[in-house]
Amino acid sequence: MFTNRLNRKPKTPSEAKTAGDSSPVVFMENLSFSYDGPPVLEDVSLAISKGDFVSIVGPNGGGKSTLLKLVLGLIYPGQGTVRVFGLPPALARNRIGYVPQHAHLDLQFPVSVMDVVLMGRLGHRRTFGPYRSSDKDQAEAVLRELGLDRDYAHRHFSALSGGQRQRVLIARALVSDPDLLLLDEPTANLDVVSEHELYELLRLLNRRLSIVLVSHDLSFVSKYVHYVVYVKRTVRMRSASTLTHEAAHEILESEHRSVHHNPRHPGKGAP
Amino acid sequence: MEFLSDLQQHAFLQYALLTGLLASIACGMVGTYVVARRISYLAGAIAHCVLGGMGAVRYLQVVYQWQALKPLHGALFAALLAALIIGLVSLRAKEREDTVIGALWAVGMAVGIIFISRTPGYGQDLMSYLFGSILMVTPEDIWLIAGLDALIVGLVLLFYNQFLAVCFDEEFSRLRGLRVEFYYLLLLGITALTVVLLLTVVGIVMVIALLTLPVAVASRFSKTLWQMMALSALFSALFTTAGLALSYSPDLPAGATIIVLAGAVYLLVTIGFFFSRRLRPPQPALAKKQ
Repeated sequence: MFTNRLNRKPKTPSEAKTAGDSSPVVFMENLSFSYDGPPVLEDVSLAISKGDFVSIVGPNGGGKSTLLKLVLGLIYPGQGTVRVFGLPPALARNRIGYVPQHAHLDLQFPVSVMDVVLMGRLGHRRTFGPYRSSDKDQAEAVLRELGLDRDYAHRHFSALSGGQRQRVLIARALVSDPDLLLLDEPTANLDVVSEHELYELLRLLNRRLSIVLVSHDLSFVSKYVHYVVYVKRTVRMRSASTLTHEAAHEILESEHRSVHHNPRHPGKGAP
Repeated sequence: MEFLSDLQQHAFLQYALLTGLLASIACGMVGTYVVARRISYLAGAIAHCVLGGMGAVRYLQVVYQWQALKPLHGALFAALLAALIIGLVSLRAKEREDTVIGALWAVGMAVGIIFISRTPGYGQDLMSYLFGSILMVTPEDIWLIAGLDALIVGLVLLFYNQFLAVCFDEEFSRLRGLRVEFYYLLLLGITALTVVLLLTVVGIVMVIALLTLPVAVASRFSKTLWQMMALSALFSALFTTAGLALSYSPDLPAGATIIVLAGAVYLLVTIGFFFSRRLRPPQPALAKKQ
């Protein structure tokens, strides 16, 4: 039944336009969204291609996490289109690996590293019963790839450092073999060394999958990513290499100004 | 050791012991989820709503001679209904969740108290519902308890990985294609069944303590969910058995003795860990950082 839904014929013209393997990883067209109030996102159009490494930046309340949720299919746009691999996002979830903010997880929860990574296999298996040994092999392989050897598999998740925890969550996202990796503020609460290591790791992973991450610090991230998507109700996408000093300054400046505005009324400070 | 010699002679003591042991298995498994997912407040509300069902059935039994129905059936019905309502409230109502659940908690109890006050008799029922009556367990009760136990254990084993994922990271589970709401309601349903099981042991008022204290002790010694479940079940069995034995000779209420014992062990373990951490030399890793 699920494959039927995946293979169904595209219905809308824009779906037909974007269907097939050549379609962009993420595609948005004239998209608007609001939570019972003024629009959080307005008239957003963007396309992220296969192999891209993109950072979403912008002020708090500017719509970064809303954009991420739209790509994940957790919320639906009021107007416009969003497609992931040419499909409605909810149908493309098995091709997305998602890494949430690790600070949001309950560290007192009794889980081992292996338990956490295996959660990534849940979409790949029958609906109940134990994990298969192939699931465990895959989880061990991914952990090894991320530099967490066998010793780590049975440690308590909370016994790890922030950087290691972030790696475990990336392993959980990778274990389902996704084509797109989405990370929400992966460097929050990390020290500079761990942050650097994390970006180096993502650069390696970018050889085989497209990466979109939400980040706070523009200056650091622009050294690694190809594109910067600046979100503040509207969206601007810039190539990171052509992001001049002035442009970065302008973005940071408007970010700074927006702090003083009420996020419910972003109209005044909008670019 | 009057308890040990009487245990061989009196069937009611054997039933009580068996009830405690059976309930402990479900208690350890489900209590672990309740503690890990931090829903003991919801479990408390379910437990107190049960009085409404028990009171109503007792009233029908005495006033209208509905002998086929037992208060335990009423408890089962009320617990599952309460779990469904509370589950939907906590999923749908993002605001004032605690207010609504607190109200359900009290309203369920109030309904039970009204029914019991209209039931002719000595009011013994109310006491046994509130504080447990493990020494009054009948063979039919044992069958119902064993059946519930098997159902709970079976469901937990079947959906162990799903429950773990949904409790740890709801959003991620949803993205992996799990029906999060379904598992959440199922978990509350299983919690409701466990509450009914534990009712006979310690009564409505002390259910939450029996559900959480063994887990709180076990959490000090376990790294993963299944270790915590196994240890909690073990501690729960230990507390119920020891509580039953200790309360027998001095004729103390069994349920209350079990809870006081569990609370005392929890306190000792917590103090023990506090001091062992204090006395331990500083960790080399920490020392290096400074």
